[in-house]
Amino acid sequence: MRVSLKWLKDYVKLSVPAEELAAKLTMSGNEVGEIDVVGATWEGVSVGQVKALEKHPDADRLLLATIDIGKETITVVTGAPNLEAGQKVPFARVGTQLIDGHTGKLIKLKPATIRGIRSEGMACSEKELGISERHEGIMVLPEEAPVGMPLSQYLGDTIIDITTTPNRPDCLSVIGIAREVAALTGHEAHIPEITYEEQGAPIQDAASVEIDDPDLCSRYCASLVTGVTVGPSPQWMQQRIIASGMRPISNIVDITNYVMMEYGQPLHAFDYEQIKERKIIVRRARDDESLYTLDGMKRELNSDMLIIADATEPIALAGVMGGADSEVIDSTTSILLESANFNAGSIRRTSMRLGLRSEASARFERSISPELAPIALRRATQLLVELGGGKAARGIIDVYPGKSERKPILLTQERVDRILGVAVETERVRQVLTSLGFSSEPSGVSSELLVTVPYWRTDIRLADDLIEEIARIIGYDEIPTTMLSSGIPERAPAPLLSLKETIRDLLVGSGMQEVITYSLVSRATLEKIDPQQKLGSALRTANPMTLEQEYLRTSLRGGLLATFSANERHEEDGIKLFEVGKIYLPKQNDLPEEREALAGILGGTRLDRSWLSGEETLDFFDAKGIVETVFNRLHVEASFQPAEAQGLIPGRTAAVIVDGQQLGVLGEVHPKTAALFDISTEPVVLFEIDLEKLLPFAGAVPRYQPLPRLPAIDRDLALVVDADIAANQIQAIIRSFPLVSEVTLFDVYSGKQVPEGKKSLAFSVRYRSPQRTLTDEEVDRTQQKILEHLEREFGATLRS
Amino acid sequence: MKDKLDELRSKAISELDSIDAPSDLDSWRVRYLGRKSALTQVLRGLATLPLEEKRSVGAAANELRAFLEKSLALKEESVRESEVARSIERGRLDVTLPGRPPALGRLHPATQMLRHICDIFLSMGFEVVEGPDVEWEYYNFDALNIPPDHPARDMWDTLWIDFETEDGQRPMLLRTHTSPMQIRVMESRLPPVRVIVPGKVYRYEATDATHEAIFYQIEGFAVDRNITLADLKGTLFEFAKQLFGEERKVRFRCDYFPFVEPGVEMAIDCFACNGAGCSLCSGSGWIEILGAGMVHPDVLRRVNYDPEVYTGFAFGLGVERMSMLKYGIEDIRLFYSNDLRFLRQF
Repeated sequence: MRVSLKWLKDYVKLSVPAEELAAKLTMSGNEVGEIDVVGATWEGVSVGQVKALEKHPDADRLLLATIDIGKETITVVTGAPNLEAGQKVPFARVGTQLIDGHTGKLIKLKPATIRGIRSEGMACSEKELGISERHEGIMVLPEEAPVGMPLSQYLGDTIIDITTTPNRPDCLSVIGIAREVAALTGHEAHIPEITYEEQGAPIQDAASVEIDDPDLCSRYCASLVTGVTVGPSPQWMQQRIIASGMRPISNIVDITNYVMMEYGQPLHAFDYEQIKERKIIVRRARDDESLYTLDGMKRELNSDMLIIADATEPIALAGVMGGADSEVIDSTTSILLESANFNAGSIRRTSMRLGLRSEASARFERSISPELAPIALRRATQLLVELGGGKAARGIIDVYPGKSERKPILLTQERVDRILGVAVETERVRQVLTSLGFSSEPSGVSSELLVTVPYWRTDIRLADDLIEEIARIIGYDEIPTTMLSSGIPERAPAPLLSLKETIRDLLVGSGMQEVITYSLVSRATLEKIDPQQKLGSALRTANPMTLEQEYLRTSLRGGLLATFSANERHEEDGIKLFEVGKIYLPKQNDLPEEREALAGILGGTRLDRSWLSGEETLDFFDAKGIVETVFNRLHVEASFQPAEAQGLIPGRTAAVIVDGQQLGVLGEVHPKTAALFDISTEPVVLFEIDLEKLLPFAGAVPRYQPLPRLPAIDRDLALVVDADIAANQIQAIIRSFPLVSEVTLFDVYSGKQVPEGKKSLAFSVRYRSPQRTLTDEEVDRTQQKILEHLEREFGATLRS
Repeated sequence: MKDKLDELRSKAISELDSIDAPSDLDSWRVRYLGRKSALTQVLRGLATLPLEEKRSVGAAANELRAFLEKSLALKEESVRESEVARSIERGRLDVTLPGRPPALGRLHPATQMLRHICDIFLSMGFEVVEGPDVEWEYYNFDALNIPPDHPARDMWDTLWIDFETEDGQRPMLLRTHTSPMQIRVMESRLPPVRVIVPGKVYRYEATDATHEAIFYQIEGFAVDRNITLADLKGTLFEFAKQLFGEERKVRFRCDYFPFVEPGVEMAIDCFACNGAGCSLCSGSGWIEILGAGMVHPDVLRRVNYDPEVYTGFAFGLGVERMSMLKYGIEDIRLFYSNDLRFLRQF
């Protein structure tokens, strides 16, 4: 809300500079953004009076205006259509900073010679002064404007822009801010008495109000003013309306807006003559009803919406927007003014559904006090009488079905101290509360107060609410800083959390870069990963901001492939990425299963380009080596079995298996999939591990093995086998023989000297016994048995 | 005979002096000290000499032998030394050439910041707990004093899940903050609790340099007997000091969040202008870093904690924002575009 300090001064003394006031308001909960000094650039502009107007001797459309600016009289050339002799206008001398009416830029006024006559200044429009967008004519000042007075002194103002929190409808008003300022600066807020003359018959003879749905309207007040003349509102009011960020419309509308800004109570003015049977009925709309609202739109209504109706049909959307038929127009003479309290939730629902969020709905939806309704009504009626030339009917209508007693709140010294962590003396507490309009009295027990909340503070319900008031007015700076003094609570073990962190560290140690991709992906991404993707296999957002982020991912693959692709374009070196994150698997009528997963991707040159590196590319075995290393460091024994998987190349894909259970997959990305993600690197290898399946194995604590004290004997075993026999099968058999302690595959070869369809596998076998030193003969015998076994099983022969 | 030995000595020494290869030393040794060498012949032939001569020649020959052996040893050492010196000379490296880097990756900057922040709170006795990204409206809003139609719902633009109950309600959403975990943790534990919750949160929001639709938050809360606003201030001031350094000023101001009372917004003085006011801090001199407050009594009551017995504080902070401030990153979208040229900087 934009608050004019000039206006604010009507209710409270401003004893500190604007910046300091802004800081105090900010610290206590009303954050001040910009501070706008209106007239900061008006040096050289003063109030002038048009003394004479003559035709320009050489131009039909131009005039020569003689303007009195106090100390001197200046004649200038002007084209303004609205100038009249006697008018008071803002007059700028040469050298003044003005806003160019066409470009909107700040320019310096220069002397000009137009058709032979020299002008040493000009009369200004509102736009040129930065007051509003109006540029059709010269701004006309009120008659009482003193000639020669600097305009900044006459019209200047400082506007502070306050961001009000949703709990403080009272701060959406100048009076509300005045009350805050009073409490913060130690002054008192003065709210003027409202008096006006009432004439003729009581209002009850002229109109009636019924509330059919009191759950949505707790109070409805109305007054009647007749004999009104619709016209522009006075300049001072227009200025305040503009300062508040609204546009002046007519005296009637301006008065309702003015009072809304002043008190925080939205009001509505009906053309009394248009209200059929002079009857106001507050009720829910019927599903078949509709209403043309002020903006000319036809609104289809339904039974969730509260409306104001006359005897026959809806005439306004309660608290949101008036109807076109009962709108105040130039010929209107009688006004029925509404000041009501509507249900906050209902107003919010209706305004959001219709996309009609306004200054009025913003106040209603924050729950303003029903006590405000008659006060604001009387203030607006007073202004209608004073400025609209009308006569107020006797009394007001006040239907108040929702009246409720607010009980005083018991505030104990003990609670204040316990929440704030500092002892605040009861006297200080009382003083703060009083400054904010609360009244308090001792409860009878010492150090306890019974606090009565002022009607405008609808946000205060509990003792802790009062404690916030005390803290924010004393200042949070005054609260001491202490560290938690109680014992540290027991902690639950978090094995999954530590597994994730360990895996991140292991992969970083393996040379991989961690990435974090969006957990929301597009439908297209899901289909690229799995063309058979079924609708419903991934959770969809109902209101995606972009189709790129519509579905919750069911694997990490899409994000990694896309990230690989995006980086490939500018990276010369190999790319090795991993992500640890959640995937989301839908469940029937429940929150989805959120599973922690790991995926990695790599491709490109094995070593970063340097004087040391070769041309080798990362391949399947780089990825496998990383996965093996991770499992090894977690003390989990994994095996890798040939497998097939969506999006990976058959024959270059392995299932990762632990204890007979598949935990994940590892393989080269299928060229079709790579193409869908615009990846040109070949090969690109991907792995995916289900961390929740890995978790039960990952807790294994390694058992210490005594270091060998007896020497080992190493023998090489070079075999020739069929090319399709898996190396790990042979290795497992060698490993299973007694005395064999380690088997390392150190060479795989096919080509010259090895028959077609065969391959050579060379193992280094380490023999060791924990009990005794082995003899060569024993080892030879065992090696021979191994060879015989492998011959029988796989037709293996010794490579000669 | 004596002359012959002298001649032998001078010849041997002059030959030895000219040697610089280790292999030549060996042949020299064979030639002058070997079994067939002239000296050995002399020594072997001593027996045949008359006693007088045997004694004088023997002494001279043995002296020569010892002298040659010693000379050889000295020469061997000097040859070895010059050999090493030569090999060192040959082995000079251009030490300015770049080293061979070990394979070592990096954590994402958000992970680094998450860990940093978690470590600070772990050292203050907090425990890390995680929760679901997809939440019920109840936990995200209602249980935190934000019922439907509450104007505070505007503070969190929400991405809803396309899921309807039989009665036409749409109660599933992507959590807009990590605060629902206050409820989940307290529902499942008795006080005292002291927990932080890192996690992704989601907003229905168009992205720009300072807004992301998905980002990380860390929620923290502590509930026990006698926890005060002063404790919250102490805890968060200590956090800010650890994260941003001792020299940063910290400020608490009143703010509103429906699930705390009193409510707090914490700010640090601006890095760029040290509080003077600049574009980074929109002229205010302060940069907001988190929201906090004392857990609202209604929230405690909802999880069956007696607010007359227990009090607590809660806070929530944006992780990327902390990184942006700490590292001077100007565009939040860089975090999840995962450009390696960005990621490699941390």
